[in-house]
Amino acid sequence: MDEALFFIAGIGAVAGAIAVVTLRNPFYSVLALVSHLFSLAVLFLLLNAQFVAAAQIVVYAGAVMVLYVFVVAYIGGSDQPIGPQAGKGLTSLAILAAAGLFIVLILATLGSGLAAIDSEGASMSGTFGQPGQIGELLLTKFLLPFEVASFLLLVAAVGAVVLARRRGAIGVAAGEALSVADLFRMPEGTGSMREALGRPTGTNTREDGPVAPRPGLPTPTGVSAASEEDPA
Amino acid sequence: MTTVKTFAWLCLLAPLAGSILNALLFRVARGRIPGVIGTFFLFVSFVAAVVTFVALQDLGEEERQVRAIAWDIANTAGVDAQLTLLVDPLAVFMALVVSGISSLIHLYSVAYMDSDRGYTRFFSYLNFFVFSMLLLVLAGNFLVLIVGWAFVGAASYLLISFWYRRSTATAAGIKAFVINVLGDVGLVLGTYFIFRGTGTLDFLDAFAKAPDVFGHNDGDLVAGLILLLVGAFAKSAQVPLHTWLPDAMEGPTPVSALIHAATMVTAGVYLIARMWPFFELTPAAAAVGAIVGAVTLFIAATIALTQTDLKRVIAYSTMSQIGYMVMAVSSGAYVAGLFHLMTHAFFKALLFMAAGSVIAAMAGTQNLDRMGGFRRAMPFTFGCMVIGGLALAGVPPFSGFFSKDEILAFVAARDDWHIILAVVGYIAAFMTAVYTFRMIFRAFLGDPVPEARELESGHLHHAEVHTNPMTGEVEDTDVGFPGPVHHIAERELPMKVAMGALAVGAVIAGFLQIPDVTEAIDHFLEPTFAGSEFFEELDPSGGLTAFGLILGTVLSLSGIALAHFIWVRRPGTAERVRERLAPLYGLFVNKWYFDELIDALFVRPGRLLGAVAQSVIERLFVDGGITGGATSVVRAGSAAVRAVQTGFLRNYVGLIVLGMVAVTVYFLLQT
Amino acid sequence: MNIGWYLVVSALVFAIGAGGVLTRRNPLVILLCLELMLNAANLALVAFSRMHGNGDGQIFAIIVMVVAACEVTVGLGMIVALYRRRLPIDVDELRALHG
Repeated sequence: MDEALFFIAGIGAVAGAIAVVTLRNPFYSVLALVSHLFSLAVLFLLLNAQFVAAAQIVVYAGAVMVLYVFVVAYIGGSDQPIGPQAGKGLTSLAILAAAGLFIVLILATLGSGLAAIDSEGASMSGTFGQPGQIGELLLTKFLLPFEVASFLLLVAAVGAVVLARRRGAIGVAAGEALSVADLFRMPEGTGSMREALGRPTGTNTREDGPVAPRPGLPTPTGVSAASEEDPA
Repeated sequence: MTTVKTFAWLCLLAPLAGSILNALLFRVARGRIPGVIGTFFLFVSFVAAVVTFVALQDLGEEERQVRAIAWDIANTAGVDAQLTLLVDPLAVFMALVVSGISSLIHLYSVAYMDSDRGYTRFFSYLNFFVFSMLLLVLAGNFLVLIVGWAFVGAASYLLISFWYRRSTATAAGIKAFVINVLGDVGLVLGTYFIFRGTGTLDFLDAFAKAPDVFGHNDGDLVAGLILLLVGAFAKSAQVPLHTWLPDAMEGPTPVSALIHAATMVTAGVYLIARMWPFFELTPAAAAVGAIVGAVTLFIAATIALTQTDLKRVIAYSTMSQIGYMVMAVSSGAYVAGLFHLMTHAFFKALLFMAAGSVIAAMAGTQNLDRMGGFRRAMPFTFGCMVIGGLALAGVPPFSGFFSKDEILAFVAARDDWHIILAVVGYIAAFMTAVYTFRMIFRAFLGDPVPEARELESGHLHHAEVHTNPMTGEVEDTDVGFPGPVHHIAERELPMKVAMGALAVGAVIAGFLQIPDVTEAIDHFLEPTFAGSEFFEELDPSGGLTAFGLILGTVLSLSGIALAHFIWVRRPGTAERVRERLAPLYGLFVNKWYFDELIDALFVRPGRLLGAVAQSVIERLFVDGGITGGATSVVRAGSAAVRAVQTGFLRNYVGLIVLGMVAVTVYFLLQT
Repeated sequence: MNIGWYLVVSALVFAIGAGGVLTRRNPLVILLCLELMLNAANLALVAFSRMHGNGDGQIFAIIVMVVAACEVTVGLGMIVALYRRRLPIDVDELRALHG
């Protein structure tokens, strides 16, 4: 029974993988990946990793793939030839590389002489793969990775928002965008000598353009004067 | 012994202190203070030299050669060099002459160089020069000698090109320095030969080992000594390395007086005298020195007959007199040569100082053709000049008479081919008298020129537009050029005191070494030359000495009479003689074409070599081959590396996969 | 089934994913193939976890899923930004960072 399920799920996974790689329409590739994920979930279940299987379906297939679907729908999948611009050679080379990789991996894992690979696995406790065990591990042994992972999620979320936002979508005008020069600019009224002479007090004086010196003050001479006369 | 050492060090270091102090106080010191500082330190040095002299005489006869060692300079394999001073009679003699004359010249310069914008710099350089010269004469081993030699050359360059904005002065400074460096090379190579033979750099040790290591006329030693002589000739302006001396008159007059009369040019003489143990082992090298000295004194005397620049006449006269000294010390007449060194220092410095006074009265012009009749306007200068001239010409009882005739008598007493040299010396003595008094008569007798008339009425001539005396270029009086105000001796007390002291010396110094009567210098220098064959045995007989003295007197007086006849009694005679002997005159006035010869032989090929090197070697090999080659290799390498950066994402991924596979395979193969 | 089979499947899927990354031009599809590779790794991890009999491998797999999710987020954000700027969504066209 196990073997049959394994073979069905295995073939499903591999077929889905091949479909992802070869289908022309990206939308179809996404759907193929979803099926691949489902097959993988079955494989996880066969390995007694129930929580991981559930997480795979809920998080991966459910959330991440839905995100993919949205993006593909937004951008639009277009039929593109698989062939590389560089010519046919690269495709065969890629197939060759993949085959080589496969062989090497097989050699590395199966040829390593690890005795336990031939077994069905060690004897497991009753809570193996249960959410309880996962939760206990996450909060005791793997607390640090857990916290870091949450931080990573935050960073990714912020990054995605910043990357993909439309300029002005949040009500910020283009000119008011923050730049690094702004960090070096002293606020008005700090009392520096530069400010007293009426010159711009930031590092990027070009952006502000030439500043008219206040009347009654010595006119600047030398290099700074030349740069100020230069139109921005 | 410690007194000797202490005061020897004080004598050496006082001028250095003065130089540094003047340099540090450059911005602060005003007026004549730098001059006073410089002169003060020189007086300290002179007093220390006197004390050293007295203390040295207090020591017993055998202990008169004192080594004062400061510290080890180098202590590597085979070379054991320390900062050693050798304080012995010869060194003290030279130190007295150097410091004494220098202090008087400093005194003179306090007034003479006033109003020059580079006043402080002048005194700093001058003190540094005296320090270098003292280092040279007090040196106890070859290393310190070479250091002092080089410093003297450097100081000479600094002082010749003192008015550095004058192009002729800088050119002269470079010429002097290059020829001096040639001499330095000779000195160092000669030192190497001597070191190779004796194994030590120390003077006393090398002298002691010399007879054992080198045979008679040993090839190595002859080569080494001839190289040393090259150094001596370069420094003392002997033929053919003499061309720098007339050009060096571009420097201020005190510089000419100090460096090119009394001290630096005598360094070669000192060197030959110091190395007497080697020279007595190799008569061949000594013969070279004697012949070159004789040739120089003759050539220089002939040139001096025709020169029209006042200072250049005196410069050629110096060259001639140094030729006498070199001839003397190379022929074994050490005391005579050194005695002449001392007297020559007195009267030559005096002549230069007086010349400086005349030039100041002419507001910077040095041309004899434009001078005349200053006798009434500048009586003191005239008197000094006459005293110096009489001493130079060798008129008894002035000092030059005794010293020059002693040299010629000793050289004649050698009794072999040296007699020819003595004859040449007597002929040149006649010419000396002629050209000296030609100069004096032309400058002081005759109708007064406008400048002299101005001075008689009490007003010192002042040039409206300052010009270069040689080329006529217009100058200003800011730093780098002479100052606006000129000082003559009649009006400045320091100048009068200095010239007066030298005049007294020029008159009475001869009495120190009257042959067979008072041989003070002979006795004094005995410890240094103990063991010398010539010192102990060479002695002209009474008859030869008397004959020499009488002949010398006759020649000098007749020379003066001839000069008087040509230039005073029958003006116009000079022009007629010139026309009659035109080719000879051409040869003399063009300085025997030495400058042209050196230009053709060395300067032009050097320039050509430089041009070829620049256009071919530099351009093709260095720029193209070496730098071009290196950069193109790097460029090619980086181009090859850059080819990997295609920008295609998939290429990068492919490389990653490839790398991963490679690493995995490697680890698989390992197990 | 013994564990070896799972590893074979994992290796196969990984290789297919790598081949896809090397071959496709659409960045979206490349990201999908990256997902394939990550999933293959997950499968291997879980298989080993079963082999050892403790849950460490499964935790690893969960964290890998988190990382994959983040990476997808940011990657897709970038692609959206590219699309907004009217740049070609073709990995071969986007090669301004060449030497």
